[in-house]
Amino acid sequence: MNNHQEDSLLPNARPEQFIGSRMQRTEDHLLLQGLGKYVDDIPLTNVLYSAFVRSPHGHAKIVSIDISKASQLPGVHKIYLFKDLPESAQTRLPILVPNPSIKHLMMQEVLVSKEVCCVGDAVAFVVADNRYIAEDACNLIDIEYEILPVVADCLKALDANSPSFFSGIPNNLAAQLNVNFGEVDSGFSQAAHVVQEVFWNNRGSAHPMETRGYAAEYHHATGQLTIWSSGQTPHLEKKNLIDLLKWDPEFIRIIHNDVGGGFGPKAIFYPEEAMVAIAAHDLRRPVKWIEDRREHFYTATQERDQWWDISIALDANAKILAMKIDMTHDNGAYLPWGIITPYIGVTTTPGPYVIPAIDVNLKVVYTNKNATSPVRGAGRPQAVFAMERILDKAARQLGIDRAEIRRRNFIQPEQMPYNNGFIYRDGKPMVYDSGDYPQCQAIALEKIAYDDFPARKAAALKEGRYLGIGIANFVEGTGLGPFEGATVRVQQTGRITILTSASSQGQGHKTTFMQICADQLQVPLEMIDVITADTNAISMGIGTFASRVTVNAGNSVFLASQKVAEKVKGLAAFLMQTRVDNIQLLDAHAITIDDPSKKKSFAELARVSQGMPGFSFPEGVTNGLESTEYFAPSQSAYCNGTAAVEIELDRDTCQINIVKYVMTHDSGNLINPLLVDGQVQGSIAHGIGNSTLEDMQYDDQAQPITTNFGEYLLPMATDVPKAEMYHLNSPSPLNPLGVKGAGEGGTIPAAAAIVAAIEDAISDTGIFLTQAPMTPPRLFEILKKAGAYATST
Amino acid sequence: MDLHRIKVQVNGKTYEREVESRRTLADFLRMDLSLTGTHLGCEHGVCGACTVLLNGNTARACLTLAVQADQCEITTIEGLAHADGTLSVLQQAFQECHGLQCGFCTPGMLTTLTELLNENLSPTDAQVREAISGNLCRCTGYQAIVDAALLAAQKLRDQRV
Repeated sequence: MNNHQEDSLLPNARPEQFIGSRMQRTEDHLLLQGLGKYVDDIPLTNVLYSAFVRSPHGHAKIVSIDISKASQLPGVHKIYLFKDLPESAQTRLPILVPNPSIKHLMMQEVLVSKEVCCVGDAVAFVVADNRYIAEDACNLIDIEYEILPVVADCLKALDANSPSFFSGIPNNLAAQLNVNFGEVDSGFSQAAHVVQEVFWNNRGSAHPMETRGYAAEYHHATGQLTIWSSGQTPHLEKKNLIDLLKWDPEFIRIIHNDVGGGFGPKAIFYPEEAMVAIAAHDLRRPVKWIEDRREHFYTATQERDQWWDISIALDANAKILAMKIDMTHDNGAYLPWGIITPYIGVTTTPGPYVIPAIDVNLKVVYTNKNATSPVRGAGRPQAVFAMERILDKAARQLGIDRAEIRRRNFIQPEQMPYNNGFIYRDGKPMVYDSGDYPQCQAIALEKIAYDDFPARKAAALKEGRYLGIGIANFVEGTGLGPFEGATVRVQQTGRITILTSASSQGQGHKTTFMQICADQLQVPLEMIDVITADTNAISMGIGTFASRVTVNAGNSVFLASQKVAEKVKGLAAFLMQTRVDNIQLLDAHAITIDDPSKKKSFAELARVSQGMPGFSFPEGVTNGLESTEYFAPSQSAYCNGTAAVEIELDRDTCQINIVKYVMTHDSGNLINPLLVDGQVQGSIAHGIGNSTLEDMQYDDQAQPITTNFGEYLLPMATDVPKAEMYHLNSPSPLNPLGVKGAGEGGTIPAAAAIVAAIEDAISDTGIFLTQAPMTPPRLFEILKKAGAYATST
Repeated sequence: MDLHRIKVQVNGKTYEREVESRRTLADFLRMDLSLTGTHLGCEHGVCGACTVLLNGNTARACLTLAVQADQCEITTIEGLAHADGTLSVLQQAFQECHGLQCGFCTPGMLTTLTELLNENLSPTDAQVREAISGNLCRCTGYQAIVDAALLAAQKLRDQRV
């Protein structure tokens, strides 16, 4: 177990081993001087700017569009409506992750042809000299709508008399799925106790500080189109553009330079990217579109709006026998990522516990709200909320301690690998690969002084202060396949280049990959260059989501670097007429072990490996000191953790103050603990937002009513405490580096633990809290209804 | 078009330009002067990514018009490093403490904390948090930024002695 208090090392420091060292990031130097190149910073000659006219209605038919005034505005180059799109693009976008249980598929159009289904749907696109003019022109476009009945409540959406969210689809059921294992009925019939509750999590959005944005440039010399995107999945973007526009794949290149955060929604392929590509190709000039924050509230995908009706059967010793779950997912109007989010959710429910039988009925329901897709945590926070809260309720009902009921149900380390019974989202049985769940909780309880808490609470109460404590455990399938690739190349300059499709949104992938490579080739970090997220750099790739990059791309870098090291040694041994096992690598040289004065530099070897025009290679020598590897994991690697939180509640304002936040976290081997700490602390902040602040609201006409940062609150520096972090280390046996994902674990248990702590702080009222976020206004209403203010207000 | 001639000093260099009344200071810096280090995260004055120093005081470049900056001295993130190109103490501390991940909020964090450290070389943890409470960061969970500010303050105090 490591704490995170050690100093970090300069990038040019030389630790004994780079893997596992707290290296400072090589990315930082430019970013700290404002020299990053985010999509809106890329200088493009003659670039045109753009803006969209968007639907102000949740559901309406377009009656007429008049662009006559707008097109006469000086500085406007072109206004696109649906009819102006290339014929192949006059259709709906391709779905990224299809599933046979989807009954009716609904995807966005690039521009809406007839019927808008969500506030923010793009109806017209204006290209102009600058954004000021483009937005002026948008205001001059006259669109007449016929307003249609709206579906705003997912629970009412399946009523027989509910309107349809879209007139082309007869009802609002997007998908229905039953997944189950074990003998659920007999579990319930044998139960000594049955506990039931309905839970709700509201939606929020990812809100990376950089909104979405795309810039496209048509290259007259080559006929190629380059698209710079603030995205997460360069190769998926390319694949979708090819499908939609029927272009030659060799003529489209997607590049992600610096990306200002992602957290899920930027993994989606959006209409705006297609529109920018179409316009740049059509106008033969660079075109740029940068989303504004209000558009981000309308159109960047959101998540967490789910209702969970959960029943749990326990024996007389509080051991779980079986569970039943009815879950309804408010999907919004489109299905860009299929039913992945709710599916991940339901299969995450068992977490670290032995559950012999589960029956899940899942309904994915269309509404006229913004579409949903994974946001940091991806369905898991809701599952953990439902599971951990129902355990809290069971503990209360059975009169046992909350930690104790968990202890009685943990999967034990000796049961690993453990099959929890479900088929996971990766298509494989959910077999947990490693982990020590009882130990993970035990450390968290020790660090938060759980056993002493009743005394602290009682002492505080004497001073009129209300303390509460909450705990939550989770298991997270990370490192999802199918693959990610990396090329490692020794250049003729002697420098090493790593090329990979995995894009970075701030995780520090470049430093991580350098550390992995440096150990294999025995070079300092400053001799390595990393190119990420360029579809011309490597032919295949998937992208950055599901805490998958270190597992997939990291292991590809590891394997490719080892192959290159073998090639270097083989060539050096041949040239110096010695055995391969007499060669060692040091500081970008291959050196003979028995005579260190004999050596060949990487630069020299790279030149030799490139050959001489016309000359055949001697036997044993092959071209190039490079290797490309695509690591394809056999299944997910399962990370786990425990959050333990102590809060103080001000009952008059319903504000909470987090007194202490402990997180024990096990993501296997750590390549760079400094960066993992950063991921965990950051994802906890996101979880704090989901617990008490971030509350995306719509009115009964599916009109979003929290569309700026004054109405929708992100956590500030004054809301997020320093998390005390403890890393356990259960290496994954499923990949050579033994790593698991680390980017989402902080978010996943946060709402469950914090809401439990709030509930504990009002334990005298007997109230059981079932919702997140538990914002101060929501908590105030609950307390008021329960008569908590009867004497004081 | 309604144009005004303005003269500003940005990071020590003087610029004279014609600008429209409605042009924001952020667009002026980013597009007219190619100083793209100042970032736009919300364009409604909450996120703080666009914060610059206007005559030494922090200002939101998204809510300030370029014409309002006429005759002003402006410092952006591009002007924070030492003249020889090495990072300032605060910038270095950000690197050391992992005070940035995606780097998008970083310009506003650095300008805001530069103002704080100009006024108070011994801030408490709470004062640092209060100072950056108008700057949103979605990646770091703030702790490493607070650590960086306190480390920079310590180093600057040590330099003075």
